[in-house]
Amino acid sequence: MTTTVETAVGSTKTMVLNMGPQHPATHGVLRILLELDGETVVKAIPDLGYLHTGIEKSCEDKTYSQAITLTDRMDYLNPLGNNLVYCLAVEKLLGLEAPKRAQYIRVMMAELQRISSHLVWLGTHAIDLGAMSVFLYCFREREDILKIFEMFAGQRMMTSYIRIGGVALDPPAGWRQPVERFLKMMPSRVDEYETLLTENRIWMARTQGVGYISPEDAVAWSMTGPMLRAAGVAYDIRKAFPYSSYEEFDFNVVTRTESDCYARYLVRVGEIRESLKIVKQAFDKITDDGPIKAEAPGIIPPQREKMKTEMEALIYHFKIFTEGFSPAPGEAYVAVESPRGELGCFIASDGSPKPLRAHFRSPSYNNLQALPKLVEGQLISDVIACIGTTDIVLGEVDR
Amino acid sequence: MGLEIVTESSSQNANVVADSLRSWNPNAVAEVITFRGQTTIVVPRELLRGAAERCRDDQNLKFDLLSDTTCVDRYPAEPRFELNYQLVSISRRDRVSLRVRVSGDDPVVDSLVPVWPGANWQEREVFDLFGIRFTGHTDLRRILLPDDFEGYPLRRDFPVEGFRDVPSTGELFRKSSTP
Repeated sequence: MTTTVETAVGSTKTMVLNMGPQHPATHGVLRILLELDGETVVKAIPDLGYLHTGIEKSCEDKTYSQAITLTDRMDYLNPLGNNLVYCLAVEKLLGLEAPKRAQYIRVMMAELQRISSHLVWLGTHAIDLGAMSVFLYCFREREDILKIFEMFAGQRMMTSYIRIGGVALDPPAGWRQPVERFLKMMPSRVDEYETLLTENRIWMARTQGVGYISPEDAVAWSMTGPMLRAAGVAYDIRKAFPYSSYEEFDFNVVTRTESDCYARYLVRVGEIRESLKIVKQAFDKITDDGPIKAEAPGIIPPQREKMKTEMEALIYHFKIFTEGFSPAPGEAYVAVESPRGELGCFIASDGSPKPLRAHFRSPSYNNLQALPKLVEGQLISDVIACIGTTDIVLGEVDR
Repeated sequence: MGLEIVTESSSQNANVVADSLRSWNPNAVAEVITFRGQTTIVVPRELLRGAAERCRDDQNLKFDLLSDTTCVDRYPAEPRFELNYQLVSISRRDRVSLRVRVSGDDPVVDSLVPVWPGANWQEREVFDLFGIRFTGHTDLRRILLPDDFEGYPLRRDFPVEGFRDVPSTGELFRKSSTP
């Protein structure tokens, strides 16, 4: 890409530095053109698209159920959240609702995913700022979460576990043990991270007062998620527009008012604790038996036993997997709270078995566009802290 | 701003938004669509920016966050493009969607960057993938695709596999086997 920074001709005052796309602190392939005056950033221009894979276009060529596997690959730290928002949007289009038990399983998985995503963020953000050991501890705990996912879905990362109308599989036998063990162990582990970082003088010096944005600007620049809540705006979609029975769960929205990198760190650590509370409640709410898929012949694949014994079920099974199902013409926009903010899915149907348009509103894309506002006037080392604290996943930014 | 936590789910009131827009300009609401409990207000193309400002500034609406901008291509129907703006009011816990219909011959819309600076990259994405031009946008460049890319890939008349000359297998074989 031939983006240029306009500098005064012959000026020796500023220089242009190309950061990325292959830079360890950009968490993927993000390129930032920095105009520097000494060590101070005068202007920053993000340049993206290095991971653009045209997922939205590919969705138009798949049936509604086939496109689920594509959504996993956008935000690779939050595949279950992507499945969830896509399935909720298709369910909205169909006027369908998943049974309660499936909703609770979805909530539990989404919150475990939030914890694992925040752990990756904390580990990599800390390693960017020079705290090596936190990374190892965070990945140790993330491993436990991935093992739970493997137990439920057979996959550690690209689970495709949440399906239209419910979830793919019943919870496996003995699922309660590892989840319970994790819930028991995790609070003290979060304390451990906080011991390493919260009062750490180097950590505070690197993050406090760095990357400030006013709450008015944050809203105007379409920021959402922990970035917005660290600015004091309590906008959390789980509370504002509850989905998947979130209104039945008791948790707090963590906010700070400092709106700097340190506040964002505290918000995310606080969210890990709140998510643990939600996982505990969902754990208690999930009954041992009950339906995991909605009853909707012709849309949801029938149960195996039914398919083997009833002719209609066999016909439905065949039709779903050969031609798919066709929602009524219309559009639906559904948003969920991903670890990074408002993850939205807009689907337009023209009454055919393939979506006319599937669009994903990615939170990191919108948060990233305010990056120049965060870093301009700051030191070049603060750019690293600001990128880290924005918590971008380039797979989702570029889609 | 918006610090209080509201637990009850929002009530989408289509009439409030439509009435407010009508009282501002009688022509501002071309159509109100309600589908599965979601409200979409179709606005004439010329009045889009004014309607957006009204949605943001009216004390009964306070739609302060532009959460998403996207486009739907209904090719070969005309007007083929539909732009959808998802607005959120953080303090009122409400959502509404604004829609503008744009023809394929003249795909130009007023930019919302003067209303919400966050529209910047959202509109650049629509420009990049659909080729819709936004007047008043300060920095309308391609964002996801390379600058020299030809065509607008999310249009329905753009094939999924792209426009490219696929060489026949014989040609490929000759190329790879030449010493």
